[in-house]
Amino acid sequence: MHLDKTEISLIGVAVATALAAQLSPDWLVFTLTLAISTALVVMGVVMLMRAGLVSFGQGLFYCLGGYAVGLGGRFLGITDALLLIGLGVIVTVAVAMILGLLMTRYREIFFAMLSLAFSMILYGILVKSHGLGSTDGFGVVDWTLLWLESETADGANMALLLAIGLALTIALFLNRYFKSSIGLACEAIRENEVRVEYMGISRQQVLYINYVLAAAVGSVGGSMTALAAGHVDPTLAYWTVSGEFVFIALLGGTGHVAAPFIAALIFTLVRTYAVELAPNAWQMILGIVLLLIILFLPKGIWSLFTRKKGAAS
Amino acid sequence: MKTTQQPRTWQHVLFSATTSIFLASAGLLGLAANASAQDSFKVGFVTFLSGGASGPFGVPASQGAKLVVKAINEGTLPAPYDSQGVNGLSLQMVEVDEAGGPTKQVEEYRNLVQRQNVNAVIGYISSGDCLAIAPVAEEMETFTIAFDCGTSRMFEELDSPKYVFRTGLDAVADNVGAARYLAETHGDAKRIAGIQQNYAWGQDSWQDFTLAMEQLMPEAEIVNNQTPQIFQGSYGTEISALQTRRPDIVHSSMWGGDMESFVAQANARGLLSQATALLTTGESGLHRFDGQAPNGTIIGGRGPFGGFMPENDLSEWFSKAYEEEHGIPPSYPASKAAQAILALKYAADNSGADGVPSSEQLAAALKGAEFPSVSGTVNMGLSDGHQAVQPMLYGEYHFEDGKAELRNVKSYPGDCVSAPDGYNAQEWIKAGFPDSSCD
Repeated sequence: MHLDKTEISLIGVAVATALAAQLSPDWLVFTLTLAISTALVVMGVVMLMRAGLVSFGQGLFYCLGGYAVGLGGRFLGITDALLLIGLGVIVTVAVAMILGLLMTRYREIFFAMLSLAFSMILYGILVKSHGLGSTDGFGVVDWTLLWLESETADGANMALLLAIGLALTIALFLNRYFKSSIGLACEAIRENEVRVEYMGISRQQVLYINYVLAAAVGSVGGSMTALAAGHVDPTLAYWTVSGEFVFIALLGGTGHVAAPFIAALIFTLVRTYAVELAPNAWQMILGIVLLLIILFLPKGIWSLFTRKKGAAS
Repeated sequence: MKTTQQPRTWQHVLFSATTSIFLASAGLLGLAANASAQDSFKVGFVTFLSGGASGPFGVPASQGAKLVVKAINEGTLPAPYDSQGVNGLSLQMVEVDEAGGPTKQVEEYRNLVQRQNVNAVIGYISSGDCLAIAPVAEEMETFTIAFDCGTSRMFEELDSPKYVFRTGLDAVADNVGAARYLAETHGDAKRIAGIQQNYAWGQDSWQDFTLAMEQLMPEAEIVNNQTPQIFQGSYGTEISALQTRRPDIVHSSMWGGDMESFVAQANARGLLSQATALLTTGESGLHRFDGQAPNGTIIGGRGPFGGFMPENDLSEWFSKAYEEEHGIPPSYPASKAAQAILALKYAADNSGADGVPSSEQLAAALKGAEFPSVSGTVNMGLSDGHQAVQPMLYGEYHFEDGKAELRNVKSYPGDCVSAPDGYNAQEWIKAGFPDSSCD
């Protein structure tokens, strides 16, 4: 298989991160795992954004992925992390395939509100499910990865390696997907739907495939979060969480497959240090930093890299 | 095209400068935190500092904790806590906001232990946070005290806890105690209704209360239960629905602003002149109702806390010091936070450690211990010595001459309201409270 420059650098960064993690303090390993998981969901938001759609309900798939891990471990007795993640993807794809039929008919604010509504329906159902702990949620079982136990001393490290592995696979796939005809068709739809139809491409079909793929990626992020944090609760589907994903997507920009990862890491680090430095005003610090980034880099953090390239050439 | 793509250098410079300053200062602060020598004991204190639970619970708890920490470092607490510091070490408290949900709290817990190197963690008001944190605390082998959260699932779902303790009672005790108080004082009540916030706390509370009522007042009929959204604020519809069912008693586990708004609205609408309200967390409104709750309203404080504190040297000192500093007497979250800090001091002083006690030494000292506190003697008698057993108190609210007080207070011993080890709380209630003694 021939690898292009982006792919080689993605693999390089992933390997470097995995190696650096062995020397990093333990808290950073965990924070990094959560940041990567968040970035995967953000990736789904970015996929929709490239097609001109803003989803305020990506928490739906994040939550489905998380609960699939929780329920699969608790009621089906599955402990293998990959199987649990796979279960989440299957459930999510099934749900997305049904919702997609409706969702792809809507654009702009209507798409945003409808996606938000569906995630809040799931939230409402989970809050009403007293047997699943309602808003308290429940714990995720101790998981294994192939033959390794997560309960060993290096569970956090194992979760990070798993997250890096999954993220790399998905990033490599999406990098090609964005350049494929269907990926480009998404961008064309954003620019002018009617012309796309005239070219003989079904916009409905393109958007549908894109929507289901974005959901699957979001589900993996949710599953990874549940495995790392060891607890799931309905907050995963709450609209503020979905809003956070949109925000991180804007922060990173839609220019490159690596952008969500960088944005999610910056977001998480700013937040955790703000919480430490100003327990009473951390939201304000977070808000100001994010506002400054949006103000000075309206195209997202990734535009820092493209600017340099532009200046060099 | 070329002109629009031109980098605007000043923006770039400003942005990179801000980022580097931020990252550099964050890094320096991180180093500084790590560099502090171990002649002090560092405790992380996690409570709501923002959001709906911060006003009634989080901030009073934080104030109560700070007050006790200050007194510990000055050595001004009454005996047996009159020695300075914890095990001779100065006590340093790091505060963290509990807002953001369990996943974020797991992250912040790890940061507290691994980045800020705290020696122990005290905190958590939300049950979801407690459920998520407990297994992590065990995994990271860090001495952790839950001071307020009320879920009975916490120790049920934790196999043989080593490092996690809870110095407050669970919600089962609140609601069994409430049913016992009703049976004793309102035994003739026939029609019971409820109003609960629509989330785990409200659902669990109502379930435990109705199960206990089936046992204790089997002839009373449960006529209605309303479940408004949390932080809804306006309860017109629910109050109308309750009024049409003509209840004698309205049970509510609502807390904070929700509880206070419901009481004010239900009182204005006349619901509370036809029915008596039973508020399991009503104590936090004791000094805030200002007569808006009718006299005779039954209120609880989740145990012997706040206005229900017994008279002893510690509670007198605490009430006086708190009122001096904040202008109002301490409410139950403040007392519960104070109790958890005292538990830490007790564990550290009795750990027998030379210097900073390890989590193992702290856990061994607190396990099954009996320590004096603002709420009387606390017996860590349940869940293999990790869960406090304390009496549950209920009383009637009375407001006269601009002063609120509690009357007709009844106390039920810990064994009477908490499930013994080996029982699932709900099964214990359904089985008719086996192995409990209420004398």
